[in-house]
Amino acid sequence: MLTFPVVAGVIEQGLVYSLMALGVYITFRVLDFPDLSVDGSFPLGAAVSAKLIVDGYNPFVALVVALAAGLAAGAFTGFLNTRLRISSLLAGILTMTALYSVNLRIMGRANIPLLMEPTFLTLLEKAGIPSEYVALVSFFVLVVVVKLVLDWFLHTEVGFALRATGDNPIMIRSLGVNTDRMKVFGLAISNGLVAFSGGLVAQYQGFADVGMGIGTIVTGLASVIIGEVLFHPRRVVTQVLSVIIGSMVYRLAIFLALRLGFAPTDLKLVTTVLVIIALAAPTFSRWRKQAKLLPKSAAGA
Amino acid sequence: MLELYEIRKTFNLGTPTPTPALRGVSLKLSPGEFVTIIGSNGAGKSSLLNAIAGTFPVDSGKIIIDGTDVTDWPEYKRASLVGRVFQDPMMGTAASMSIEENMAMAVKRGQARGLARGIKGEMRSYFRELLAGLGLGLENRLTDKVRLLSGGQRQSLTLLMATLSKPKLLLLDEHTAALDPKTAQQVSQLTDKIVRENNLTVLMVTHNMEHALKTGTRTIMMHEGQVIFDVSGRKREQMKVADLLSEFARLRGERLADDKILLG
Repeated sequence: MLTFPVVAGVIEQGLVYSLMALGVYITFRVLDFPDLSVDGSFPLGAAVSAKLIVDGYNPFVALVVALAAGLAAGAFTGFLNTRLRISSLLAGILTMTALYSVNLRIMGRANIPLLMEPTFLTLLEKAGIPSEYVALVSFFVLVVVVKLVLDWFLHTEVGFALRATGDNPIMIRSLGVNTDRMKVFGLAISNGLVAFSGGLVAQYQGFADVGMGIGTIVTGLASVIIGEVLFHPRRVVTQVLSVIIGSMVYRLAIFLALRLGFAPTDLKLVTTVLVIIALAAPTFSRWRKQAKLLPKSAAGA
Repeated sequence: MLELYEIRKTFNLGTPTPTPALRGVSLKLSPGEFVTIIGSNGAGKSSLLNAIAGTFPVDSGKIIIDGTDVTDWPEYKRASLVGRVFQDPMMGTAASMSIEENMAMAVKRGQARGLARGIKGEMRSYFRELLAGLGLGLENRLTDKVRLLSGGQRQSLTLLMATLSKPKLLLLDEHTAALDPKTAQQVSQLTDKIVRENNLTVLMVTHNMEHALKTGTRTIMMHEGQVIFDVSGRKREQMKVADLLSEFARLRGERLADDKILLG
């Protein structure tokens, strides 16, 4: 049954995870840097925010600290890549692996439940927002704010330099931009957003778990790619919007997969297959074209 | 404007196959000089330009631009003094960004970049005016992605961008070599025009000896990482390609290994 809570739940998830997807968009698409550290920075944000709440800190403060922790994690990946000259993929994997231990250290155990604790949602409820709308409204407002800030930022002088660093580093260096610094900066804001999203998710679902980051990168990529396939966005403003909608569509697809009878444990496999098909689409169409061009006898041989 | 003292650079140093690229190059350029560089493949022409731009650190020697010792400066820092156009038309612009965004980045060349809007209103009319000067119709396509432009259009745009904020030194690395002959000629003429209008100091690598003698105010020939011939003024005006070739043969005591490459 498509009751209001069910529909709202799908939209809420789409919104809250879209912040993570925007982080992936910044590294993968803007910076052209395949950053895998997000698999560690997402649970990092969750761990930090859950631990702080359990320790009695304000849930909003916990979110800000989660964001800051993500910034640091991204900057670390950037340091590995630009200073120590470790390849982008490996730098991300190293950060991700190190963060697994860090996250366990922060939490002190593998899982922190928050069901009895105050979260930013319960605080907003106390402030007068009805509980059935509180997540929907607050996530919507947050996503709109982040989108507007990102649109603005990507059109500033620094934003131009960041985009050009991903597009043509040789050119933008010849125009006086320190591309290494831009990479570190881009990775930091990307992972900051991802950790912030992780912090929100922990408070929203009522727990932080050390394993909740597995597959973050694939989920984020899925959202980015779904948005691209649906809208073919050219301008930055529409690209950002398409990532957000892509995240919602992805959550809807997951919801439908569950309805079709897939076990929740199968979802990562389903997601991966989705991403493989999307990424391989250009190759498939090339194969098809080639097959058409070949004469029948040659194709059969 | 530019002073080079005994610049040396060997690639693959410390390996079994060290490749010397620059073997003690010294050169002095006065403001407003337009120097063309010729030489066969592997003579060190591009390496010289890369060394000046800071693409790699040199092994020894000193590089002074406009009175400042930049030998230890990284490439991005030297950009405040040096404008550059590459051989590959794709190299000088960001394809996924619009014409006006590319130009706006060039306006800020060598300056600190902040959180101000990348494109301000008054820039647009300025850009339109500059683009109209190219005569390629780009003035009406400010928001088009650079990806949509042809090689010649992109190279013209790059040239415009490299000279937008009047560099102390302009480096042109065979910037017409990848274009078809007609477009190459147009871009060459455009280069002359921009250099004259802004009274720029220029180093231009070319494969075309005739072009090298006709363009600019001075010509140097490189061979095996060294400057072996340097001509300017009246002597250069009277020179022909054949004279250059015989000069080379006299200096090296050998015939050119590959005349074709040198002649372009």
